[in-house]
Amino acid sequence: MSVTLKINGETRTLDTDPDSPLLWALRDELKLTGTKFGCGIASCGACTVHLDGMPIRSCQTMVGDVEDAEITTIEGIDGKAAEAVQAAWQELDVPQCGYCQSGQILAATALLSETGKPTDEDIDFAMDGNVCRCATYARIRKAIHLASDKMEG
Amino acid sequence: MLHLLQKPLEAAQPSRRTFLKLSAGTIGGLVLAMNLPRSAASAAEGDFLQPFVHIRPDNTVVVLSKHLDKGQGTASGLATLVADELDASHDQVMVEFAPSNPQLYANTMFGVQGTGGSTAMANSFTQYRQAGAAAKAMIVAAAAKDWGVPASEVAVSGGVVSHGSDKSATLGELAGLAAGEEVPAEPVLKTPDQWVYIGKSFPRLDVKNKTVGAPNTYTMDFQRDGLLVATVARAPRFGGKVKSFDASEARKVPGVVNVLEVPNGVAVVADSTWPAIKGRSLLEIEWDDSGAETRSSDAMIAELKEMTAQPGVKVREDGDVDAALEVSAKVIDADYDFPFLAHGAMEPLDIAMMFDGETAEFWFGSQIQTIDHNVAATVLGIPFQNVRINTLWAGGSFGRRAQADAHPVVEIAMLAKAMQADGMEPAPVKIVWTREDDMAGGYYRPMSAHRIRVGLDADNNVTAFKYNIAAKSIVKGTPFEAMLMKDGVDHNMTEGAHDTSYALGLMNMDQTFQETQVPVLWWRSVGHTHTAYVMETMIDRLAKEAGKDPVAYRLEMIRDDPRKANVLKLAAEKAGWDHPLADGRYRGVAVHKSFGSYVAEVAEISFRDDGTVKVEKVTAAVDCGTPINPDNIVAQVEGGIGYGLGAILRNQVTLVDGVVEETNFDTYEPLRMSDMPEVEVHIVASNEPPTGIGEPGTPPIGPAVANAIAAAKGDWISSLPLSKAGLV
Repeated sequence: MSVTLKINGETRTLDTDPDSPLLWALRDELKLTGTKFGCGIASCGACTVHLDGMPIRSCQTMVGDVEDAEITTIEGIDGKAAEAVQAAWQELDVPQCGYCQSGQILAATALLSETGKPTDEDIDFAMDGNVCRCATYARIRKAIHLASDKMEG
Repeated sequence: MLHLLQKPLEAAQPSRRTFLKLSAGTIGGLVLAMNLPRSAASAAEGDFLQPFVHIRPDNTVVVLSKHLDKGQGTASGLATLVADELDASHDQVMVEFAPSNPQLYANTMFGVQGTGGSTAMANSFTQYRQAGAAAKAMIVAAAAKDWGVPASEVAVSGGVVSHGSDKSATLGELAGLAAGEEVPAEPVLKTPDQWVYIGKSFPRLDVKNKTVGAPNTYTMDFQRDGLLVATVARAPRFGGKVKSFDASEARKVPGVVNVLEVPNGVAVVADSTWPAIKGRSLLEIEWDDSGAETRSSDAMIAELKEMTAQPGVKVREDGDVDAALEVSAKVIDADYDFPFLAHGAMEPLDIAMMFDGETAEFWFGSQIQTIDHNVAATVLGIPFQNVRINTLWAGGSFGRRAQADAHPVVEIAMLAKAMQADGMEPAPVKIVWTREDDMAGGYYRPMSAHRIRVGLDADNNVTAFKYNIAAKSIVKGTPFEAMLMKDGVDHNMTEGAHDTSYALGLMNMDQTFQETQVPVLWWRSVGHTHTAYVMETMIDRLAKEAGKDPVAYRLEMIRDDPRKANVLKLAAEKAGWDHPLADGRYRGVAVHKSFGSYVAEVAEISFRDDGTVKVEKVTAAVDCGTPINPDNIVAQVEGGIGYGLGAILRNQVTLVDGVVEETNFDTYEPLRMSDMPEVEVHIVASNEPPTGIGEPGTPPIGPAVANAIAAAKGDWISSLPLSKAGLV
């Protein structure tokens, strides 16, 4: 069956089951492997992508349900918040193993797009769904504040 | 991770001649290509190629990392060493994983190629600096000849080679000429005051790729034309076998290519990942549990506790500790138990390979390449030199990828043979473990029980310390046994206790080995994950018994270990130990040596309205010898604290009738952003040789938090995780 998706600004038609997870369509069909498989049950956030700018878990999102939406992955994010986040991540050497960081960056970008000057509580709330087993949380927090400063400057 | 603490081999730098001889001699033409670094495949006239350094005419300096980087920063650390001696510019340096080649790339502390025991920088410190210094000497010699000037007048700085103000060239421009120079046998190393990156700053080389979702980074992302993806249904009980199965529904899933029995289960082979996962869920399998572990973890803990009541294998025996206990004025008894822990790396296990019947190529985060390589050759029945292992970045490991049995290699090799036997055309295949597979798949930090009896005299001086521990041995019965066990003793289990530098009067330590089918493995800091907790909470209890301050008491008790005392004092000072705390705040301290490094941590906690504990701040001091990348040391201690904290708060793997209960992050709840304390790390300046940093941050956090809880409530939690006591 064919499904048409709007991904990173492009319209892509896939020959795939509408009941299959967006995660695997991105990774295996479209070879957009920056979006990661972590848990498969929306408990870790490694598979986070933007759906009309909102962070969602692509492992629990079926392709048939998102045909009309704009989907953005780590490969396609741009704009002021995304650029500030990636620059801050690089400046502070946030990643260790790095496997969760696409999801962290998508979540942080969504947060800063909504809330330009987040508090630590805002960060806890927005980022608690994104697990980092290397526990780079302290740097993620610093990097979000730094990105916020960069967006102002 | 693993402690192959054999006597270090000579950290010899293979010469170019040896390199070529090793590469060509063992192998011949075809395999020459298989055993050379990837970057060397394109090497030609104009390239400078040595085992650890490849300088390209385009002015790129490729450092070959013999170690797996699973987040601990080793690849960038090795590049730092080469770049410093070579006087390269940070911008021109990149890092690539070396192929599996035990002659060229052995860990000098192991004798085989492998990463673990926080040894990466320690074993490479001289070797990689020599490699950089040799390359620089050859570049300088080439420039001198080319320019007709004395070598002593040629300078290299920031990647630019120059003679006065009239001659200048890049490293890349001189690479080809330098390749023809003789490799210096004893390259002169810089003195520490000449270092430009070591001890200062060398930003990580993998950060850019890891912030843009770059392709071809992790095994999970591995792509090849015609790639097949497989999942394997493995026995729900450890040691179970397939009795029979029905794959008719699985085969109906579009994309499923084949279903094959492999020795440890049933593999569903598909053209992509989702059909492999979906197809597997439709398998009907009857398992034979006759040889399986069918006990519950409660029963296994009970057995361990009984074991600690009996004498075991003598690990340390200072004297007649029972007699000393008899005559002591007071005896303190304590029992501890620790659960199985899963590593839970963000990237579940995965491995890819291509087998054409004669040669095999693997792509994965190989942590002990020499074992993986040997096992692959053995299982496939092909010569060692017909196997190529391509090491990829790993999305964490924490010890999980360092298996003695190379089970992921065995599994995929058996699958490749099954595919071949079933008449399938040779094709690249990747086995993906789901989170459930990874979590319920065993290879846990062993559960353990600890029984302590401490004798005190009338003045509360410690006169006797009797310590019985029981757990499944990580190394007994594995290929590591011959290397790591001596006289029947497994020191991996007791490290951090039998070798304590506290003066504890007569100390005896016995160990007893539990037998179970549940596979166990090193988990970030191995034995220290439990011994540090026991020793540092016991010391706190003894301080209280003696009516002394926990820091002052430790300083009195530490014998001949000034570096341990130093980090303790530093952490206490930076944490404001002598200053009063805000209302509702409590603190605890712990100090522990592991992997050659000393770490002290002061944890400051509070309690939420519901009585659960919140770790607010951790102040750490670390002495890991010469600091190579200070910022990475800070990162590893931050991460080590977070990793240990998540585990002691609420992580345990439990079994019911042999079946794992916690199979994903909903029930094995990892540390999250809101749990992460503020962490402050202070590094001791040192000229000692560098020691470990991937693991040593982890052991002190558990006891530091437990001691803070005891400061608040009076009792030390002795059965982990803390959630069992309602504190999480």
